Amino acid sequence: MSTTVAPDDKREVRKANKVAASDRSKAENNLGMKLVAPAIFLMLLVTAFPMLRALYLSLFDYSLTSPEEREFLGLANYWTALTDPLFWETTLNTVFIMVVTVAFELVIGFAFAMVMHRVIFARGIIRTSILIPYGIITVVSGFAWQFAFSNNNGFVNAWLPFVEDGFNWFGQYGSAMAAIMVSEIWKTTPFMSLLLLAGLAQVSEDMLEAAKVDGATWWQRLWKVILPNMRSAIMVAVLFRALDAYRIFDNIYVMTAGAQGTESISFLTYRQVIEQFQLGIGSALSVLLFISVLIIAFLIVKIFRVDLASARQEG
Amino acid sequence: MSAKNKIGIVVGAVLILVWCLLPVAWIISLSFKSQAAITNGSPGFFPSEGGGAGWQNYRDVLADDQFLRAILNSIGISLIATLLSVIIATLAAYAVARLEFTGKKFVLTLALVIAMFPVVSLVGPLFDMWRTFGIYDTWPGLIIPYMSFTLPLAIWTLSAFFREIPWEMEQAAQVDGATSWQAFRKVIVPLAAPGVFTAAILTFFFAWNDFVFGISLTSTENARPIPAALSFFVGSDPFNRPASLLAAGAVVSTIPIIVIVLLFQRKIVAGLTSGAVKG
Repeated sequence: MSTTVAPDDKREVRKANKVAASDRSKAENNLGMKLVAPAIFLMLLVTAFPMLRALYLSLFDYSLTSPEEREFLGLANYWTALTDPLFWETTLNTVFIMVVTVAFELVIGFAFAMVMHRVIFARGIIRTSILIPYGIITVVSGFAWQFAFSNNNGFVNAWLPFVEDGFNWFGQYGSAMAAIMVSEIWKTTPFMSLLLLAGLAQVSEDMLEAAKVDGATWWQRLWKVILPNMRSAIMVAVLFRALDAYRIFDNIYVMTAGAQGTESISFLTYRQVIEQFQLGIGSALSVLLFISVLIIAFLIVKIFRVDLASARQEG
Repeated sequence: MSAKNKIGIVVGAVLILVWCLLPVAWIISLSFKSQAAITNGSPGFFPSEGGGAGWQNYRDVLADDQFLRAILNSIGISLIATLLSVIIATLAAYAVARLEFTGKKFVLTLALVIAMFPVVSLVGPLFDMWRTFGIYDTWPGLIIPYMSFTLPLAIWTLSAFFREIPWEMEQAAQVDGATSWQAFRKVIVPLAAPGVFTAAILTFFFAWNDFVFGISLTSTENARPIPAALSFFVGSDPFNRPASLLAAGAVVSTIPIIVIVLLFQRKIVAGLTSGAVKG
């Protein structure tokens, strides 16, 4: 692509002339730093600074209801959290939700992407509709599905032949989790399918044609040509969605408020900090939540060898 | 394409449409059921006979001061956050796409980390900080977090767009006798505008959709945005909400999103995919 070559050339030339044009590159360096400064300041103000503060507060027994009784505890809050079965329960719930929703989204999203890639008629309508779940407030979609699954007002019981009419979806763990996951999957599959559609567009038609001429079946073409060629798109989509799913909060808040053991780790943290004003233990949970997100990101990047840098440079 | 394939695609397309629109149709249907019907239980998709409410739920919702205030808060906060965030992101993305400078990698890495940040883990310290600064439960108290959380998306989307702009044209225009300001304004701005606009739409979606900050950093209707207001619409019992009224509120709060999607569908798709896949 000529557009990507040109800046690279320029950069080379620039490097070669670095000594000669040192004033110029200094000015450019200066301008560059000035232009990104506000963005960096804001991002650090709202993330790095509070995170450090959480790290600090997590070492104290600190409740907002009795702030004067703040007491240094060292790592005791972490010990409390890590030895509490509730912490592990919510973490397990969150991992469970993450794995199931991302798996479903990947399969359904890919099917949607294949259809959108091939569809000739009504392209605009389909693309417009697929953005609607993406744009709708999560809280609203949570309500919609909560009412849909409700045994009092919903239509799900009436439509599903294998479910009794009076079945209470939110009465026990399994079905309540299912309802939460349906809402989550409905809302985010379109995002997944758009990312996969962009990946699909990068698979060369010539290669597919050649495989077809060589007698490859549809299934073989899918596994041997299409999927390997969209590897980076799939991995980026999985990474983004997995981390997003791990933060699940809105749907649980709206649909069950954590009842029947459906609490997620985000929800537990929120309850400690905002509802019970336990800033000490809440901060410890915040730090643990952040660390687990880093671990998941690290694992996904390692296991699938996602090369974000190269994925970026391709643009 | 064989006939079998064609049928498959038609069926697939219909399934996509049903998938996307079913819950929307459902919540619209719910918003036209009467509250009495809902309380007595009215399972089924459409309002049953005699259970319809016409526009009553909408009239009730729009007569509710707290709801109107929340809509106003959401519009104001989201628009201001979007405007400021896009301006700052444009500067940063221009630098990232066009200039060589120390710290370029840092900006991109920071943006990536923030995009993955578990929002809830910041709520505690921000709650504490904002109370100290005196901006708890105010518009700026939400605008600042929204900005910093929409910056990564905006920076990535914009730098992807900016990288595609043939910047040499600016010099060409100068050679042809334009001043550098003219060259920038007449050549670069029109090329960059669609990207900036796309980033603005995505940023607006994010701000409009936020829930965690909305419920944690507000305590009154001073700044409470619409998702938080909807969730507080009635008491704390999550199992007995006035479904039809809530549905009407949900429809009203979704209208701005639908309008934006209808108007700018192409741009949104381009922005989402270029920001996330190509970078």
